Amino acid sequence: MSNGMTPIVKTITGWVKGFILVFGIYIVLYGHLTPGGGFAGGVIIAMTFVLITLAFGKDEALKRFRIGIASELDSVGALMFLVIALLGIAGGLGGTFFTNFIAKSNPGEPYSLMSAGTILLSNIAIALKVGSSLFLVFILLVMTKVLYREPGEKP
Amino acid sequence: MQIIPLFVAIPLGAAFFIPMIGRKNPRLSDTLANITTLALLLMALSVIGKSGVYWMGGWVPRLGVPLGINLVLDPVSVFMLITITLISFLVTVYSIQYMDKFTAKARFYSLFLLMVAGMNGVALTGDLFNLYVFLEIASIASYALVAFGCQHEELEASFKYLILGSVGSTAILFGIGIVYAMTGSLNMAQIANVIGGDLKAIHLFAVALFISGFGLKAALVPFHAWLPDAHPSAPAPISAMLSGVLIKTIGIYALARVMFNVIGLTPLTSYILLVLGTLSMVVGVLLAMGQDDIKRFLAYSSISQVGYVVLAIGIGTRFAIAAGLFHLINHAVFKSLLFLNSGAIEYSTGTRDLNKMGGLRDKMPVTSTTSLIGSMSIAGIPPFSGFWSKLLIIMAAVQAERYGFAAWAAGVSVLTLAAFMRLQRKAFFGEPKEAYADAKEAPASMQVSMVCLAVLCVVMGFLWVPQAKDTLLIPAAKVLQEGLNYASSVLGM
Repeated sequence: MSNGMTPIVKTITGWVKGFILVFGIYIVLYGHLTPGGGFAGGVIIAMTFVLITLAFGKDEALKRFRIGIASELDSVGALMFLVIALLGIAGGLGGTFFTNFIAKSNPGEPYSLMSAGTILLSNIAIALKVGSSLFLVFILLVMTKVLYREPGEKP
Repeated sequence: MQIIPLFVAIPLGAAFFIPMIGRKNPRLSDTLANITTLALLLMALSVIGKSGVYWMGGWVPRLGVPLGINLVLDPVSVFMLITITLISFLVTVYSIQYMDKFTAKARFYSLFLLMVAGMNGVALTGDLFNLYVFLEIASIASYALVAFGCQHEELEASFKYLILGSVGSTAILFGIGIVYAMTGSLNMAQIANVIGGDLKAIHLFAVALFISGFGLKAALVPFHAWLPDAHPSAPAPISAMLSGVLIKTIGIYALARVMFNVIGLTPLTSYILLVLGTLSMVVGVLLAMGQDDIKRFLAYSSISQVGYVVLAIGIGTRFAIAAGLFHLINHAVFKSLLFLNSGAIEYSTGTRDLNKMGGLRDKMPVTSTTSLIGSMSIAGIPPFSGFWSKLLIIMAAVQAERYGFAAWAAGVSVLTLAAFMRLQRKAFFGEPKEAYADAKEAPASMQVSMVCLAVLCVVMGFLWVPQAKDTLLIPAAKVLQEGLNYASSVLGM
């Protein structure tokens, strides 16, 4: 039994997977300038790996994105977001939780990538969290087998 | 008041930090989780008597109109924070040894602290949509914790809880949507200003949605079907958290806050609360009478005791609300204690069936004594805390000339006593069963936690002495009873 779908799907997936990943990263990085952001970009990044799972089977996807790493990134993303929020409290940077402390000292050129202060960093943190946890949810649903059967039911 | 956001940030940070470093080393997870909950308890004790409004990101209101999201620390929030952090600290102490029999302890603490973060957020937030978000954080963590054992029964209970909980959340979200459409604001203080006690039919529809949504979270009687499955299936420390704190924070506290301070209480809504409270009180205790599963019995009894709190809040006088809050913290203490006792029994004997137990008094002296104290407290025997709070609720009902409700409350108290004497007789007294001849007392950390809670069952009674009452309970009751004045105190007008 061969894993995954037909060669047509596999070939097309091989072509487009890189573009989808780059598009996801673009949506994350330009979230403060164009529609999108950390959540939408994170979902697109996760979809790259979901597409690989569908086309090539879960082993191929897990070779590229191991569960342990996904789980670590999940925590790292959440912690990073919290640290960005907490840095606002830290001395001299602004004084309140979630203060946009970068924008105050260095506002940047409007409509350029390096503007809007902590929003870009927050988007990256959200993308890490959403991308890895969405992939984890999908892969766990793929891996889970139904073990419970009604009495008398054949396996 | 830089401490206010830390009540949410610290447990949230610990929840994501513990699974990163504690997966290989369960003792490290224990230490970190206990330090976190102890720190939260100390922080909650340090804010007694203080109040303040915290505007996130420095977005302070302009011309009395709020621009951003705020956290509000007022006497009610302080009271809820103390309840949440006190129980969660003692529960984490208990979990050190109880959770050894489960795998993935780090994940347990992670979900547990996420639930604490959600509850602290609910207690502190001053924004209606944020209330919903924190409520969902706490609920979703609790769905996962109920299923923590991953056995068939637990998954089924968790699924039932998940579905009914989502129905409740949807009702709440729908209610928030209506309020937002009618007032154009999500800030609780601003909404109170805009509505200003002038309730139209559409507001009453939102009130109905809030009562059913929060009532489902609090397991008031027509909405209680999930609780007797979900609470017994969870590991004992989680049952203690769910029955002791969660249903009160995301159910009763959130309902009281929205009804009193945001929308404004009308005679109709307070009468509905009275009826729902009495119904929960009576039906809960009657259903508890017939249960043979010890945790299921305690779960039904929680429904009954929550009814007392809702009844007191429904009466609506300052004295009654203070008595209700007093019963809320007392119930948190003794119901957690009783659930932890049931966990200790299950730990030693492996059963939850009351008919199979018996004569455990000699085998498990600490569990048995603390359980007796908890039972007497919940049944309202002096000098334990439950007696004082029930007495005050009945007195408040009489004072407000709600004689019928006072009679129901007194009657249910007698039934509770009968039900708990049955529990004591079946589990601890009577003939020892041969099957459990080698049952041993629970390990040290579990004993420490149970003894602390048993001591608190007595000490909590002193919350009604004048000094303690005037710093904790009366100011909290005052905030709720003054209703829409909440708006002016938050927005500083």
